[in-house]
Amino acid sequence: MAARAGGSGTGRREGAGRAGRAGLVGLLDRVAVVALVVGLVVGLVPGTAGPAGAAPGDSITVYSGRNEALIKPLFDQFTRDTGIEVQVRYGDSGALASQMLTEGGASPADVFVSQDAGALGALTNARLLAKLPPRSRSAVAPEYRADDGTWVGTSGRVRVLVYNPKLLPDPPTTIDEVVDPRYKGKVGYAPTNASWQSFVTGLRVLRGERKAEKWLRAFAANEPKAYASNAAIRDAVDAGQIWMGLVNHYYLWQKIVQNGESSVVARNQFMAPGDPGGLVNVAGVGVLKSSRNKKAAQVFVDYMLSEKGQAYFADSTYEYPLAAGVQPSVRLPSLAKLRAPALDLSDLDSLAATQELLAETGLLTR
Amino acid sequence: MSAPLGPPRRRPPVVLVLGALAAVVVAVLPLVYLVDRAGSLGWSAAVAELVQRRTVELLWRSLVLAGTVTVLASVIGVAAAWLVVRSDVPGRRFWAVLVVLPLAMPSYAAAYAWLSWRPAMAPFPGTVLVLTLVAYPYVYLPVAAALRRLDPAQEEVARSLGQHPARVVVTLTLRQVRPAVASGALLVALYALSDFGAPALFRYEVFTFVIYGAYNAGFDPTRAAVLGLALVLVAALVVVAEAWVRGRPAYARIGSGAPRRQYPVALRGGRPVALAFLVAVFALGIGFPMWRFVYWTRAALDRTVPWGEVADALGHTLWWSLLAAAATLVLAVPVGVLVARYRSRLTTGLERSTYVAHALPGIVVAIALVYVGVTVLRPVYQEVPLLILAYVVLFLSLAIGTVRTGVEQTPVAQEEVARSLGRRPGQVLARVTLPQAAPALAGGAALVFVTAMKELPATLLLRPTGLDTLATRLWTFTSESNYAAGAPYVVALVCFAAIPTAFLSRFVVDAGARLGEHRD
Repeated sequence: MAARAGGSGTGRREGAGRAGRAGLVGLLDRVAVVALVVGLVVGLVPGTAGPAGAAPGDSITVYSGRNEALIKPLFDQFTRDTGIEVQVRYGDSGALASQMLTEGGASPADVFVSQDAGALGALTNARLLAKLPPRSRSAVAPEYRADDGTWVGTSGRVRVLVYNPKLLPDPPTTIDEVVDPRYKGKVGYAPTNASWQSFVTGLRVLRGERKAEKWLRAFAANEPKAYASNAAIRDAVDAGQIWMGLVNHYYLWQKIVQNGESSVVARNQFMAPGDPGGLVNVAGVGVLKSSRNKKAAQVFVDYMLSEKGQAYFADSTYEYPLAAGVQPSVRLPSLAKLRAPALDLSDLDSLAATQELLAETGLLTR
Repeated sequence: MSAPLGPPRRRPPVVLVLGALAAVVVAVLPLVYLVDRAGSLGWSAAVAELVQRRTVELLWRSLVLAGTVTVLASVIGVAAAWLVVRSDVPGRRFWAVLVVLPLAMPSYAAAYAWLSWRPAMAPFPGTVLVLTLVAYPYVYLPVAAALRRLDPAQEEVARSLGQHPARVVVTLTLRQVRPAVASGALLVALYALSDFGAPALFRYEVFTFVIYGAYNAGFDPTRAAVLGLALVLVAALVVVAEAWVRGRPAYARIGSGAPRRQYPVALRGGRPVALAFLVAVFALGIGFPMWRFVYWTRAALDRTVPWGEVADALGHTLWWSLLAAAATLVLAVPVGVLVARYRSRLTTGLERSTYVAHALPGIVVAIALVYVGVTVLRPVYQEVPLLILAYVVLFLSLAIGTVRTGVEQTPVAQEEVARSLGRRPGQVLARVTLPQAAPALAGGAALVFVTAMKELPATLLLRPTGLDTLATRLWTFTSESNYAAGAPYVVALVCFAAIPTAFLSRFVVDAGARLGEHRD
């Protein structure tokens, strides 16, 4: 289309002098008219063919803060198994939450699939999420769902210390040992990573602002090495460039599954019970109050919590399944045994304050 | 003190006024939303939000960044334009396309490329490097067009009076294109203020950090609205400063006779230096990032690239950008012509107001249009027309500046002749003014086209559910650090952006030249 318009423009321009110039005006006029007409047509046609026109029960719109590469196969599998079409809008969990907060009751979304609990908590606070039925709530342990039953966790991830046993045979088990001067310059972290920021938010909630800041200042004074991602930290630890790093548990397993356990040096250290460094965060799902297709939306939530959905998370992301009795697909200590710090995950919605604190302590930007 | 070239005061055609009003309404849409949202907080709370130490500090850092980038981009843009249009540097036509191409490179993609090579690159220099190299075409384009249309007579007179050629360039040529430099620099400054991708990747904390933070981490559109308004105020100051720098537009030819043909200035011994400069700008702006992405694409080829998906995304990208360019031009023409031909405080004010939204980060405009979509334009919410409207809001000022400069540089005498022969103002506009400014109009449209191709934040929130552009596909992969899978989309983006870019440079450089030859 573009090429054709360009082509006719070039043809017009061949004529010299006045004819050529008049032709150009004609071209501009025509482009404008075509643009208007096409804009209307393009706009209206999908409007009638889209979700609004579909028979109820056939199709739902999902706003997904989880990455397409990760989760699309599960959505496709859901459609195959239930016959319900899924229209997915991918974005950052936070931006999508802001979009829904702005849309209010007029949101086209039926379901929100979030990368973390904070974004779901923000929608709960704005009273945009519907209460899920008892079967969804009871599917998941109380600490991994909203108190008022407006969202449930679908998979869990644990903050761990990934370490190099050759360089560090006896790794710390608390974050307070991590800031020991012995480890100066040997610790990696990912300043812009959402899970790192959730950990800091958890630290603030668990220990209070003053103590959290104190720990962060000690951490900063120990000259930690900043990386762009958790995967980069894992690789640096594995290669012996640093001794340890603060990451989520599954990054090590991605590498082990890909390369074989014998060729990976790095190991995970799970933190001592109750230590803020061992925070468990969840990805979760909620149904919009404004959904006009709550029945299909609920089928979707049920599917996420079903054995099939949970097995998908276990097998493809190496996260902790949270429901249906599904076990992790890799060797992980059970969540119950970890005794992660007690924390209301909805409280993790104060990320903005965390970012300000990180900026002040010089840990967010350089 | 009437405008030097402006005709005696008369009423502009109604079509123009209505068109301009429509453009202004569109441009200030986000502002209406921001004021409404910030107002819901209560004004005292909104002010308290702003006067925090960190907010003020970051606003200052943003200004320093924007200032540095604007100066550097202006120097590069003007130098490149003069070399390509007026000098005998080898391969001028070739360079005319290549130097505009960095416009197609998303700032976040360029930043990825640099950081993948040198992860420890320092934040401020890194951000300045990337923003300067992707933004200098904003200066290059209007300046190249202006240089092409200059009547060389004055320069020849100066030279014949014994002035050194370099002195002629600095004292005469550059002075004559000052309005073009200023309008380009304004766009660069607003772009540098509003960009989030490059500073975020280099971790250079600027004001857009807190705005994005308010949406993405704070889930607080109201706070973001307050912060967005602060940026609008800063942008208003920048816009005023530009008007002051630009001065009065009085450089169209007057008097009898036709402009003479321009002959390229011989660089002599300076040719290798000039060539090295263009090569360096190209190598840093496009060559290096593209080399990284092609390298990753080759790595990805082992795992098969989903060409069908690339083609789909490419189709949407080209089609939506084309619609955006056409729609933007339709609204930009009335404003540009009005302010060039019927200059008054009112018309200038109208034009200036369209620039302010350009300083807003994409996500602010996107959320504003989400609000407009769900409240008044429900039938087209998350459909193509609303997305196009978002592009128009974001990029209107790109086209207006180009149109205005183009019209200002065409002599008003022919219009007056047409009027005196009984043509109505509308006919004069369609038959005389616009054809004369055609290169500038095409340039404005192409500029919007290329810029819309790489737009990300608004596209993510407003595209029809389930459809992708090259930029959104790229985001899918880079947001999980999968450069190899994202690389083919960058390569496609830059390659296809070369089409409007070539179109752009042909109009800017060739059309002017032909016009000159034709009249000679």
